[in-house]
Amino acid sequence: MTTAKPNYLNSPKGILSWIFTLDHKRIGLMYLVAIAISFALGGFFALLVRLELLNPGKLFLTSQQYNQSFTLHGAIMIFLFLIPSIPASLANFVLPLQLGAKDVAFPRLNLWSFYLYVIGAAICLYSMFAGAADTGWTFYTPYSTTTTTSVISLVLGAFVLGFSSIFTGLNFMVTIHTLRPPGMSWFRMPLFLWSIYATALIQVLATPVLGITLLLLIVERVAKIGIFDPTLGGDPVLFQHFFWFYSHPAVYIMILPAMGVISEIIPTFCRKNIFGYKYIAFSSVAIALLGFLVWGHHMYISGQSQFAALIFSLITFLVSIPSGIKVFNWIATMYKGSIQLKSPFLYCLAFLFLFCIGGFTGVVLGTISLDVHLQDTYFVVAHFHYVMVGGTLMAFIAGLHYWWPKMFGKMYNERAAVIAWGLIFVGFNVLFFFQYILGTKGMPRRYYNYLPEFQALNIVSTVGSWILAAGLFLMLGYLIHSLLKGKPAPQNPWGGLTLEWKADSPPITENFEEIHIVTGGPYEYPAATKSAH
Amino acid sequence: MDSATGIKQHHVAHHFSSSAQEFEAAKLGTLVFLVTEVLFFGGLFVGYAILRMMYPAMFVEAASHLSWQLGLLNTIFLITSAFTMIMSVRSAQLNKRQACFYFLLITFLLAACFMGVKAIEYAQKFEHGLLPAMWFSGEGVAETLPLFFGLYFAMTGLHGIHIIVGMGLLIWLMIRTRRGEFYSGYFTPLEMVGLYWHVVDLVWIFLFPLLYLIR
Repeated sequence: MTTAKPNYLNSPKGILSWIFTLDHKRIGLMYLVAIAISFALGGFFALLVRLELLNPGKLFLTSQQYNQSFTLHGAIMIFLFLIPSIPASLANFVLPLQLGAKDVAFPRLNLWSFYLYVIGAAICLYSMFAGAADTGWTFYTPYSTTTTTSVISLVLGAFVLGFSSIFTGLNFMVTIHTLRPPGMSWFRMPLFLWSIYATALIQVLATPVLGITLLLLIVERVAKIGIFDPTLGGDPVLFQHFFWFYSHPAVYIMILPAMGVISEIIPTFCRKNIFGYKYIAFSSVAIALLGFLVWGHHMYISGQSQFAALIFSLITFLVSIPSGIKVFNWIATMYKGSIQLKSPFLYCLAFLFLFCIGGFTGVVLGTISLDVHLQDTYFVVAHFHYVMVGGTLMAFIAGLHYWWPKMFGKMYNERAAVIAWGLIFVGFNVLFFFQYILGTKGMPRRYYNYLPEFQALNIVSTVGSWILAAGLFLMLGYLIHSLLKGKPAPQNPWGGLTLEWKADSPPITENFEEIHIVTGGPYEYPAATKSAH
Repeated sequence: MDSATGIKQHHVAHHFSSSAQEFEAAKLGTLVFLVTEVLFFGGLFVGYAILRMMYPAMFVEAASHLSWQLGLLNTIFLITSAFTMIMSVRSAQLNKRQACFYFLLITFLLAACFMGVKAIEYAQKFEHGLLPAMWFSGEGVAETLPLFFGLYFAMTGLHGIHIIVGMGLLIWLMIRTRRGEFYSGYFTPLEMVGLYWHVVDLVWIFLFPLLYLIR
């Protein structure tokens, strides 16, 4: 940092000032680094799994190692990357700034939540070396209570991470309630805050149920209390109900913040007020609430009643309504906008395209008669990767590029960013699109071996994983380059109207020198902006 | 510190604009946290409901192995402690530092009594071999009786852990009260621990009839 002006990065100095910091911006940054490391680790296991699937039978992993690899890939990506990704890193940084506040409501709880994340990650890491679990990230009983691999430590890690997530959600919820600046009514809030609020609702209401489930699983393994164990009279399907009561809403913990990022970037890069503000805001809350009532669609063939399955299927279809409302509103926002095709916006387009494919195939899977055939095939794998990678990861990268200049005060190389975007978009589709076809042909997920006729498409898919990885490495490269040699970022490089762009780049420790009074909506661009930029 | 009254003035944290805003945030945060606690226990109560539907006879028999007298005694301890907890908050609001401290102390002692009775009950179960599956060596008609005691120890154990955490919080409050940190202008921690204490209390109010009084 050569800038003379003090900012949150250079004052106060010293490693201790970071370890014990209560500044939401520094905590967000530490989260960002931790999450990036977790993502790299999860990605490493993904590459292992894809490489092993180059041919049927053994290439270089034993079947046991293969099971452990996909379990660790899933558990790391879900609990250590997707769940905390946007809320804990980007929102931690942006949320108080968008509120014109000095910090979140509970700064010490914020730091504690970060250390819980670190502790949880450390336990998961320990578990990896102490006989990595092979149950899949879903930990279904009775297998998870009988396998000899280290289920207890991985489950304990996820349990601790759950509390980290609860505290983050609680903190953001209270911050949005109590720290809004003068003049910012609920309907003048940036839409990102609405989506983070809806996410916090799920984090707070669903995660405790995962907590007690994982705790009971640990007690079940240690003390054989028998709640899930059929040989003792317990009910293994009860575990699935408990697990999906969290883990389905958790899908919306992952996607709602992503939708919030998209709602921020599109108006800025179209120079146009968002279309249907209230509909987007309420659809976030609707998705959060409906999300609690659909867990049974993971269990169509687990022995629940046909009637229950029917209801779950119906409610699953309902979720597509608020999701559709959002997509139509985003596209309507672009209509006749003055669009700048910069990298954050390109990732938004990738999000829209991929999320729609993921969403439509979700409706396919929500249909009972189709799901009975597609359940546990590669169709499911392709579907949730289109939503989670095509949706959440794309939006995470979009948000990272959008707020990068604000976070670090440096610009990145736009041309490199566009090339990386191309590689990531193409690589992703090559990797996952053909898995839909494999699924419809009946290739089951999680299997170590497959029929020889599936090999061609598996090779294509594995090559796709390499293209995607190349794009991500390129991104890592130009972002590091930007930190070292990037041009200084102006206060408002994209022309955004929300409050974070009124802070310096990077912001001072206290965020703002004066209190901002909000007098209108967050995206009120002048009506006719057709002039060339 | 004001030497005459022994009261230490509270300073509002830098990111809040007033103590009212600070109190509001703390209260909302605590209430939301307590909602997560209720959901946390909720998993166990749902497990209870499912198992009770599957094995109604087991629960009726199991209740005969539990002493409702001891359960009632513990209920009285906890309800009384909820009252003394409230009174300590009230005393702080009225600037009665001594009273505040003693009410906290009584609350703590009642919690200790609760844990004492719980220890007696647990000891009896151990003696009769009424333990979760693996260690069960007791006598019973219902084949699945070990399952009930798995549930019994999970539910009362988790509740007991919450009581112990509450006792830790009460000690912390007593130390801060002695230092004169609570007065009519600032009693947030007292109020928040009080809310926590009532929820722990409430969980027991449900556990007691569901486990002890179903015969």
